[in-house]
Formats: sequence, C-alpha cells, structure tokens
Amino acid sequence: MKDFILDVNDLHTSFFTPAGEVRAVNGVSFKLAKGKVLGIVGESGSGKSVTAYSILRILDNPGRITQGQILFKGQDITKFSKSEMRKFRGSRISIIFQDPMTSLNPVYTVGNQLTEAIRLHTDRNRSEAWERAAEMLTLVGVNEPLKRLKQYPHELSGGMRQRVMIAMALACEPDILIADEPTTALDVTIQAQILELMQELQKKLGMSIIIITHDLGVIADMCDEIIVMYAGRVCERGTADEIFYNPCHEYTKGLLKSIPSIVGKRERLVPISGTPIDLLNMPKGCAFCERCDSAMKICLTETPEEIRMNHDHLAACWMNVAEVYKSERAGENAPAAAEVKEAEDE
Amino acid sequence: MYDPNIIPKKQLLSLQLDVSKFYAASDEEKEQHVQIRESTTFFKDGITRLSKNPLAVISIVVLLLLVVVIIFAPMIVPYGYEEIIKVNGKRDRTMSNLRPLEYSELEQEAMAAGEEVFPHLFGTDNLGRDYFVRVIYGTRVSLVVGLFASLIVLIIGLLYGSIAGYVGGTVDLIMMRFVDIIYSLPDTLMVILLSVVLGEVLTPLIEGTALAKIGTNMISLFIVFGLLYWVGMARLVRGQILTIKNNDYVLAAKALGAKSGRIIRKHILPNCMSVIFISTALQVPSAIFTESFLSFIGLGVQAPMPSLGSLASSARGGLENYPYKLLFPAIAICLIVLSFNLLGDGLRDAFDPKLRR
Amino acid sequence: MSEHLIEVRDLKQYFPVRVGFFKSIPLKAVDGVSFTINAGETLGLVGESGCGKTTVGRSLLHLYVPTGGEVYYDGQLVTERNIQGFRKNMQMVFQDPYSSLNPRMTVSDIIGEPLDIHKLCRNSKERKDRIRELMDLVGLNTEHANRYAHEFSGGQRQRIGIARALAVNPKFIVCDEPVSALDVSIQAQIINTFEDLQAKLGIAYLFIAHDIFVVRHMSQRIAVMYLGRVVETADADEICEKPMHPYTISLMSAVPVPDPKIARSSKRIPLQGDVPSPLKMPSGCAFRTRCKYATEQCALECPKLTDRGDGHMVACHNM
Repeated sequence: MKDFILDVNDLHTSFFTPAGEVRAVNGVSFKLAKGKVLGIVGESGSGKSVTAYSILRILDNPGRITQGQILFKGQDITKFSKSEMRKFRGSRISIIFQDPMTSLNPVYTVGNQLTEAIRLHTDRNRSEAWERAAEMLTLVGVNEPLKRLKQYPHELSGGMRQRVMIAMALACEPDILIADEPTTALDVTIQAQILELMQELQKKLGMSIIIITHDLGVIADMCDEIIVMYAGRVCERGTADEIFYNPCHEYTKGLLKSIPSIVGKRERLVPISGTPIDLLNMPKGCAFCERCDSAMKICLTETPEEIRMNHDHLAACWMNVAEVYKSERAGENAPAAAEVKEAEDE
Repeated sequence: MYDPNIIPKKQLLSLQLDVSKFYAASDEEKEQHVQIRESTTFFKDGITRLSKNPLAVISIVVLLLLVVVIIFAPMIVPYGYEEIIKVNGKRDRTMSNLRPLEYSELEQEAMAAGEEVFPHLFGTDNLGRDYFVRVIYGTRVSLVVGLFASLIVLIIGLLYGSIAGYVGGTVDLIMMRFVDIIYSLPDTLMVILLSVVLGEVLTPLIEGTALAKIGTNMISLFIVFGLLYWVGMARLVRGQILTIKNNDYVLAAKALGAKSGRIIRKHILPNCMSVIFISTALQVPSAIFTESFLSFIGLGVQAPMPSLGSLASSARGGLENYPYKLLFPAIAICLIVLSFNLLGDGLRDAFDPKLRR
Repeated sequence: MSEHLIEVRDLKQYFPVRVGFFKSIPLKAVDGVSFTINAGETLGLVGESGCGKTTVGRSLLHLYVPTGGEVYYDGQLVTERNIQGFRKNMQMVFQDPYSSLNPRMTVSDIIGEPLDIHKLCRNSKERKDRIRELMDLVGLNTEHANRYAHEFSGGQRQRIGIARALAVNPKFIVCDEPVSALDVSIQAQIINTFEDLQAKLGIAYLFIAHDIFVVRHMSQRIAVMYLGRVVETADADEICEKPMHPYTISLMSAVPVPDPKIARSSKRIPLQGDVPSPLKMPSGCAFRTRCKYATEQCALECPKLTDRGDGHMVACHNM
C-alpha cells in the first residue's frame, strides 16, 4: 500500500440555501500520494472548488460537509475543532486562489501579509519572519525581494501578485498545496511562467499539489493523476495519457471532442448538448444522463459505480458495463470475459 | 491472475441484469429526468420576496388602515377640526381639556335628556375642539405634505441627476459642484429664513385662495423642499446611471443604432427605477418629520389647521396634567414614520438585484 | 465596390488620462492598426489583456469615436455623421452574457429592439414572425420568447445576443470574446452556431479572443496584437505553426496544449519581464523591452508590417 498523505473518502458537501439543498459534492473520493500532483478538472458547477474548500473547511456559511472522511496522514480532519483547524490551515495544507487581484488585501504591504502567515504558524520573531519572507520571494522568482516587501499589492503586476500568493502559501512549508484555478485570471505568457514555477517548486520542496481547473491544457502536462468531475461526482480518474487518449466516460469523451484541434485539419466541433445540471434538483441515476448521446435506460435510475478499466484508470459509466455485457453475450463466459478484458487493457 | 479489484462490490455480471435497461434512453425520457424551475419576472419575484418579509407586510397593512381611517373618520365623527364645540348652541366652559371619552357638563345634561352625543375619543383641546378630529386632520396634513414634498424631490432630483449622469464630462462636473454647494447649506436655517421672507411676500398674494388655509409657512416649506432637498436624490440617480451606463447592454443599444433618448427611456431609467422608488419611500417619513419639526417650532401650518407637530407643540404646556395630548400625535407620527421606513427597507431587500443570491 | 468588405487604415484610439491637476496624457489603447477583411471570411484577433483588441472592435464600429485613422465599409468611408446608416451592416456580439442583456427586457423585446429602431417590420405580426425566425436560426426555443434574460443560462444568453445582432441582417459582425465567459462544453455549441451562420448567411467576422485554439478554429487569417499595434498577420495555420515575430513565437509556445504527448515534447520560450504600462510605451518597437533579439534600431524606429511572402506580414526589424 502506498503512503497516502491525503485520503478523501465519500465526501458529501451541500449548501442549505432558502431555495433548498444544493448538493455541490456528492460522494467524491480520492487519494493523494506524497510528492505527486493531482489535477481536478471540471466545469463550473462540477464541485471541484467546493471539494477543495471542504478539505480546508473554508466553506461559506450555508455550506456544510454532510458526510465523509478526510484523512490527512491518517487523522480525520473533518473532526478537528475550529482552533485545531486554524493551526492546520496554512501550515500543513495551503491554498492559492484564482484572482490575485482580490486575494491580497490592498491596504497592507506585501511584507505585512507574508510575515502574517509566517508568524501565525511558526515561532519566528519579526526580523526572522521578514528574512524568511524575503527568502520566499526569491524562491518564487520575484526580483528585488526587499523592495517588494515594502510595496502594496496594487503596485505589482498580476503575475507578480500570483507569485506573492504562492510565496504566502509556501511560507510554512505545507505538505499539500491546493491551487484553485491558479492561472485562469492571468495572461497566457504569465500563465506559462506560473505553471513552470509550480513545477519547479514541487520538485524542490517535494510537496504534493492539487490543481483545480477547467482548462484541459493546464493539466495535460503537469499532473500525475487526473480526476474529472461533473455535478459533484467523479466521472473518471487516471493518468493524463489514459484520460486524454483513452477516455472511458461519456462526459470526458464529450469534452475532448468539443475542444478545437491543435494540429491538423479543422474538424467540426462536436459539442455536448444541453446545459449544465441544476444542483438543486439532482436527478436519480447518472447526473450526466440528460446530455449524453449514449444514455441507456439504466442510466436514468442507477448511479454508476466506478469500474476499473486499467490498473490506474477508473470510470463511472454504464457504457463500460454495456460493452463487457455485449462481449459476454457474444459467447464468452463471465470470468473469462473479465480476464480477457484485463489482459487487453494491460 | 484474477484481480479482485477488477469487479466492484456489486458482482455485476452475475446480477441477472435486465438487458432492456441497456437500450438507449429516448429523448423524452431524458427530458423528464430533469425538472426545470418555474420562471418569474423581476417584478413578481420582488413582490414574492416582499410578501415574505413580515415587517414590510405589517407596515403596508398599518398604512392602508391609516389611510382608510383618515378618509372615512371625518365622515363619521360629527365635529369639525376648527369647531369649538357648542352644545345646542351654547358655549360650554367645561368643554375644554376633557379627558378621552369624558363628557362636558352640558353634554352630560343633554345625554340625560336623551340626546345622542358622539363621544370625544381623544378628549378635547384647550379651546374645546374635538381632539380626535384634530389629530385626524393633522395626520392628513402630514401625509399630504410628506407625499407632495417627496414628489417634488423626486421630479427635480430625477431630472437633474439623469442629465448629469447621462451626459457626463464637464456638464456633469459643473452640475455636481452646484449640488455640493446646495448640500452644504444649513437646511433648517434656510427654511426659517425663507419662511420669514416668503411670508411677507406671499401673504397678500394668496389671500382668499385655498392656499391661504395652509398658510405661507407651508408654501415656503414646499418651496424650500423644492430648492434644497432634491440634491440627495440627484446624487443617487446620477450614481445609478453611471453604474448602469457601464453595462454592455447600453453599448449594445448604441451599436444597434438607438438614439440617446431611447437609451435613457428603455435601458437606463427602468433599471434604476427600483432604487429610486425605494429612496422615495424612505424620503416620505423624512419629509413628514421635517414638517412636524417645523410645526413644532411654530413655522408650520397656519392655525387653526392642525398638524401633528403643532399639536405636539401646544401639548407641551399642559404635559403634566394632560399627557394624552402629546401622546396621540406622537404615536401617529411614530406609526407613519416607522411604517414608511420599514416598507422602504423591505422594498430595498426585495428589489435590489445586488442583494440577491 | 471594393474587394475588401472592411478596410481599416491606421486606426488610433487614445483615451486621455488625468495625471496632474490640469495635465492629461493619452493612453494609447490602439496605436495605428490596419487590416482588411473580405466578405464571408473571418479575421481572428489575438493578444493578451491590455493589447487593445477589444478597443479595436469598438472603435471600428464607432462606439468610441476614433482618434485617428479610417474605417471603410465596402469602399465607403465611415464617419461620425454617416455611421447611423452603417449600423445595419455592422454589428457586435459582446463578451459578457450577463451584462450585455437588459435584465428588464424579455427575449422578444431584446431581439425586437433593432427591428423597432430601424423600422424593419411593418406590423406586429411581421415582427413576431421575424423574432421567431431569428430565435430558430440561433437555436433558441421559440416558446421562451416572453421570458426574461436572467432565466437563461450563459450559452443561451449568448445566443440571444447573436440573434439581436442578426436582426438587421448585417454583413459584418465583431465578435468580442463571445465564448470566453462560457464553459467548455457550451463554447463548442456557440462556435458551431457562428460557423453555421457564416455558412448560411455569408457574414464576415472579426473574431476577438484570447484562446488561440478557438481563434485558429474559426478564422482564415489571424492578426496578433501587442500594446496597441499589430505585430504579425498571416493565415491561421501559418501563424500557429510557423510564427515569425518574437512575441508570437513566445505566445504560441506558452499556450497550454490539451495533449499530454505534445505538451511534454514542446519547450516553452519564456518572456522576461512584464508588459510595460501603455501610458509609458517604449520608444520604437513596443516589444523591445522583453525581446531576446532587440537591437539599437528597435529603440529608434517603430517597425512596420511588411510582407514576408504569401501575405504573411510581420512588423520586426530583425526577423
């Protein structure tokens, strides 16, 4: 058994609004190994950010974890008290947010905010914290660190602000860094710089990273494992190669077919029909069913289980069962069919 | 090797699956799978939210009741507001300062003789006039003044603010500096000065007309409102218009070829209506309070027309002996002001799109 | 009649920014942009934030009065005085599906507005029919004509915006980041809608976006902008596979590719430094502060777009 630093088990999070219960996360499980990069991909409403906020317990008021465990190095952090959680956040798990413009407080200097993080979680005094802050800025590639520490956020560019955010998140050497859409608000060239920085830091400091994004390009290069989410459930999980070249869930297949090709001939895009689901009125069965071209009657009533396609690829789609079943009906007997499939996939 | 991880908990292949379940689901089945929420208009949505706010609903009820009372009560109560009550044509010295539901000596005699005497619900004032009717008329005056003054503020402020906001640039700059100047004038002082000045000028002009009944003080009050109090509304309207102007749909209308007039009418004004409406609703109690205050210090309506403020003022003298004389007008003012304020708050919560989820 | 439907020559758009009590300096959002678009074809305009691409679109339609330069529609010069006449030929689809529709108007009002402004329908029946026709054309359910904009999803709202632009039968539409605010799965639907409309009605597009792959998919030619100027213009495939301007090379290499094998094998060519403020543009070539190949000449003279063969235009002294 590998050593998992984070083990999320059947997480359910809902928002109890006046209009009803919005089921943002419906049974998400994943494991993060030490030093690995996990990518969570999904569109708006898929529950990916809410999952991250649930891990850190920073959900907005009507939101609550209704079920599930989150094990950090074996301890269930859902059971932590508020003060334990405070000590935990920022020092063991950190998060960087999407919009660097609004994530930094405009009335405090950069140095003030950085040292706040440091002094909150370590015993350093003011000057030590200041030194450490300068170290962090150098680490993330901000030039003239001592000058920058005295500047205000509005004096820095977007890319630099994001670097400051990363420095703040890493100041206490967390075991896990969660990056919630870290590059969405940035220009393409700055995006590339930030992603490279994250990869460098990951190798240098050996921490694990969870990247949450809707941009398939961002995760293609960076991630060891990818989870595709839709309507608060995990559709498919696997390595980048598996997900991109051998998608086994209709949603993933649809996503890949709907993005413009990078090289070669321009083919007409095949969009996923319909609109994203209303989380207030979650239907029975598969959440993607309404938009799925291959929907079957079973999809309407039974929520699909995760089926192993490969030793590192799982997909929750009844189509895979249908295929196995079809191959069984073609005359092979049950165990043999499964064995054959296993052999084929390896 | 048969890896136990391959087959998940439910032994699928031995489940005796219903093969028909794997046939494609039809489009209708898929559609029925998901329910769509009801559609509402902005207005209906707002009204629904308003009706769920208990304080706002109570305020509306109170105000409606009040209006009903002040319209119909004078028809039922046989006394006039300036009428010094005579019993059978005789002046009665014991008529003044009666407690609520008390009767004067002559009235008691008349009742003993079998005549019907309408009770004095709030008693009488020091001159022997029925207090209930005076309070009713006072409320009428206050409400009318409040509504009229708010209307003046609305019209002038709306016009001024929308021009400044829409045209922008130097015009806006100059117009707003003008507003700043007016804002800095002390309003109470201005009212007093204007009342004095206008009093002399207007008295000969309005003699004999209906306006004489309200008195020059009231007219100068309206004039002052028209001159001074519109600035808050103008600022608000201008701010709203500046915000709305930034929206793409205004630019889109321009791209479609709409002229300025159309853009203001169809795009800008409807979108700031709710804010303006709310602000006006909150302006009414402020106007009423100002009027009451002015009447209290003696600059209000001309006697004998009562106003809640003047009633309260004249009640000060006999506070120890006749506390009810202050109580009734004070309660009336409180009710009106509170109801309008709560209603305005409720409207804001219900209709302000930014406060919604 | 001219061979180009749209011709833009040296378009300039400066916005005055107050710096002192009485002083104001111009923010050169667009500083001399020229391009042409033929009937029925799409020109893609890419660049990062602050490069002026949105301003180009708006100035072209005279939503901002251009500070300089000329815009020709079918050979005729478009001026402040005659712009109203051209409004029926040139329209725009906006980026934000939430702020580009008036929340107080129903779908039918929104789509019907241009019909009313230009008096295109003689009676209310004709108007209703035309609105239905437009809704069908963009893929909206005609039963929802009396619903309000906020009841629709992002993708549907964008369709309403497209229908509104189509109401006057324009021959040219400026698409200002029309899919950037939408989810990936909806983006594809809207892109297909644009393509279908172009095939059916022969409309030319100026497609402004920051997603290279989307722009490449939609356009025949692409123009790359940096700090208010066009640095390279070429056929879409040419520019993506064989970029010549240093900025374009960097840009293309920085785009995250949704294909693991390609992503692993490609090298990113990083750009040093940050984008200079448009208030303090570098002299000569605006890109020289971040360019590996910058020479003295780059600081002295602003390079012009020159044809390097086959219509591939590059503005660089060194490449």
